[in-house]
Amino acid sequence: MYPQAFTYHRASSLKDAATLLSQLGEGAKLLAGGQSLIPLMKLRFANPTHLVDLNFIQGVSYIQQEDDALHFGALARHAEIEKSPTAAKIPILRDCAAGIADVQVRNRGTIGGSIAEADPSGDWATVLLTLSCEVRCAGLTGERSLNLSEFLKDAYTTALSPNELVSEIVVKIPQENSGSAYLAFKRAAPVYPTASAAVQLTVDGDRCKEIAITVGCVGLLPIRVPQAEAALRGQQLTPKLIESAADAARTAADPQSDMRGSADYKRQLVGALVKRAMEAALQRARGQQVEVSHIYA
Amino acid sequence: MPEAAQKISIQVRVNGKLHSREVEPRLLLVEFIREELELTGTHVGCDTTYCGACTVLMNGAAVKSCTVFAVQADGAELTTVEGLEKDGELHPIQKAFGDCYGLQCGYCTPGLMLSAMQLLDDNANPNQKQIRKAIAGNTCRCTGYQNIFKAIETAAAKMRSSSHGD
Repeated sequence: MYPQAFTYHRASSLKDAATLLSQLGEGAKLLAGGQSLIPLMKLRFANPTHLVDLNFIQGVSYIQQEDDALHFGALARHAEIEKSPTAAKIPILRDCAAGIADVQVRNRGTIGGSIAEADPSGDWATVLLTLSCEVRCAGLTGERSLNLSEFLKDAYTTALSPNELVSEIVVKIPQENSGSAYLAFKRAAPVYPTASAAVQLTVDGDRCKEIAITVGCVGLLPIRVPQAEAALRGQQLTPKLIESAADAARTAADPQSDMRGSADYKRQLVGALVKRAMEAALQRARGQQVEVSHIYA
Repeated sequence: MPEAAQKISIQVRVNGKLHSREVEPRLLLVEFIREELELTGTHVGCDTTYCGACTVLMNGAAVKSCTVFAVQADGAELTTVEGLEKDGELHPIQKAFGDCYGLQCGYCTPGLMLSAMQLLDDNANPNQKQIRKAIAGNTCRCTGYQNIFKAIETAAAKMRSSSHGD
């Protein structure tokens, strides 16, 4: 299947890419990893007249620590994040990167592309919403920084202006005694999850000091569950409280019935995922090494 | 309207041999490999980024060549299934797929062998779980996978024992 014909441009820098976007107008699209865009173009759901390739820009796929934050160049690929000892400082990032689709897709797909696409079934936004995360956007006149929650507007919709692109993702390293986990339920590796859950928490002795819970693929955007978070803060995380958080996540979820399952099914599923992610995050916060992997049907 | 006639010059090293071509931007890498270079060992399966039949190595990394434009491979080094055999000798991965009956119809096999290549390049002694994860992007509709796992384990053992003398 051939995409519709388009004119190809190779950006030499992020600034150059922004300039090209402004010159080429509405028909132009950016090509990062291409693992969503190229299939859409082949199905002719996306028919850009110009494609601006970001893959030949030097120095935009870094993964580095600066003070108490990790910085990811927009073109950092999932596979690079999966293998990065720096990224492993926040275990949930590795859970996410290592579980996206399959090896081949992870070798191409990028964190910046994933965030900019804002696919409701994507993985990164669900995970990053549990952390303090800034999205740096480059435009013609410089850069601006947005909180991820301000950046994500709706399904496939972000705060990016037409001549802007994501340049960097900055994630603050959680304080000591923190643990996190991300779990998804998938029918097979190459497909999007049916539902997913991300938990980031900090313990103080046997009590939960801070917690963030996000569920994914069960709404137009990933959904934070503040009701559950408030009920858990300062408490001992007993099985009963964990169960009540799972129930709160089921209530907060707003899934649609589709080929992956009915809305009721997804609601049940997402609660179970929250429970498992919380248990793994708690073990990690206590210093235990826990391997987390997605659950396949 | 886009200029339908736009052609981009690319240079790609495939299995060690350098190729220069002028290609239309929308030409997919898999079609470039099959139609332009006439290396038809790389297969088109689903053509939707699912099945992995079109897997090749691009700078050592397994990619689905139906989901990369040929222009993106400009300057890259590719390995296709035709590049596995050396001096008339099958690669240990090829040999093991045969010996272990790791294929039936064979359509998915070139892609699977290249995913196995990347795995064994990164990890000489993978466990069952790592093998499963490494080929999760390759669909086989015949074998039920058990003999494929065996083939990859067998190839890994063979490659470890033959590299002992290095």
